[in-house]
Amino acid sequence: MNGAQDLGGMHGFGPVVREADEPLFHAPWERRAFGVTLAMGATGSWTLDASRHARESLPPAEYLCASYYEIWAKGLERLVVQAGLVGADELAAGRSLRPGARLARVLSAEAVPAALARGGPTEREPAAAPRFAVGDRVRTRVINPAGHTRLPRYARGKTGEIALRHGAHVFPDANAHRGGEAPQHLYTVRFTGPELWGEGADPTLTVSIDAWESYLDAA
Amino acid sequence: MTALHQDEPETAHADEHDDHGHSHLEPIEARVKALESILVEKGYVEPAAIDALIETYETRVGPRNGARVVARAWEDPEFRAALAADATAAIATMGFVGRQGEHMVAVFNTPEEHHLVVCTLCSCYPWPVLGLPPTWYKSAPYRSRAVMDPRGVLAEFGVVLPETTAIRVWDSTAEVRYLVVPMRPEGTEGLDEERLADLVTRDSMIGTGLARTPGTAAGEGTR
Repeated sequence: MNGAQDLGGMHGFGPVVREADEPLFHAPWERRAFGVTLAMGATGSWTLDASRHARESLPPAEYLCASYYEIWAKGLERLVVQAGLVGADELAAGRSLRPGARLARVLSAEAVPAALARGGPTEREPAAAPRFAVGDRVRTRVINPAGHTRLPRYARGKTGEIALRHGAHVFPDANAHRGGEAPQHLYTVRFTGPELWGEGADPTLTVSIDAWESYLDAA
Repeated sequence: MTALHQDEPETAHADEHDDHGHSHLEPIEARVKALESILVEKGYVEPAAIDALIETYETRVGPRNGARVVARAWEDPEFRAALAADATAAIATMGFVGRQGEHMVAVFNTPEEHHLVVCTLCSCYPWPVLGLPPTWYKSAPYRSRAVMDPRGVLAEFGVVLPETTAIRVWDSTAEVRYLVVPMRPEGTEGLDEERLADLVTRDSMIGTGLARTPGTAAGEGTR
């Protein structure tokens, strides 16, 4: 979706502000927002792609004004409501009003190290041979899906070169919307600065994105 | 400061509405507390598991891991070659595996090429080797400009490269995570891996910094 999360190439946000000796979390509630988001993710009630989509679905003005973990917390509220695990009335009340549903998994403290070590690999057995080889010229499609996509606006309709192949990976555009994993070949596609940014762009610049096969046409 | 807008007070949202039908929103702190307690009451999450997740990244997983990978790549040509060929496997031999590092690619800075990593769409970052990202990495200023004006961004980090050095930006739009291997500083012959790792800053592994030269003070992004 063309939401506020798709920031590449925007102007006006000012300089990058760094903080000396920055703590990992800036307030106790940020710790809890982080931990509770990961713990709910581990229940398998939604996919990582769905959780990204929940965050990017915040209204742009709200997304851009929110701190990072505020976005996570608000995304998690949407996810638990959409999954039918918590009622909107319960969020409004700030407490549970009904017994919980039965979940397939609940993460215990003992299971945390193994769960983190396992992670969530997204590479899958490919169903078909890859269409493109390293060095091939490709053009990204011009798409504007209302749902989740990982093709940023600045890289749509642009011609580049296949730089790396990564095998087949879970396709977020489907997996975010209960469309299954629908794995596709994944490539790193490299564009020149002038191709992306036109006149005046740094001629020594290249920018690469990781793009699923259905984002690409032969050029 | 955590806001994308650094000067945005929390109370700015006090009068907004959302799609859950709130007529007013709690301050975010109370809202997160309520959310956690609802999820605990319903039996979906265990507070001890949340504690364990937080503790992992506060105490055990951070950029020292990546610094050790880089130091070994500087010291050991065989490891460097393995890292270039299959970074996930090479990094796993040092025990750094798992969430947000399932598919790793290492990119090597040279006098001809400088690599810079960003995630314009969210905050993708190689957790097993760098820990959780700093706020600036997740912020709108960095995500918007790293792909369009990387030299300008680098200058804000105090990194000015020769115009002959090409900039290679990697936008992490999938589950592939990139680790920049900075150039080994001059005057580091004979240092062991631990001493070398002391020179490898977090920012140098994102590409917004360079490795420190021996004898200079630990600066930004060394945590």
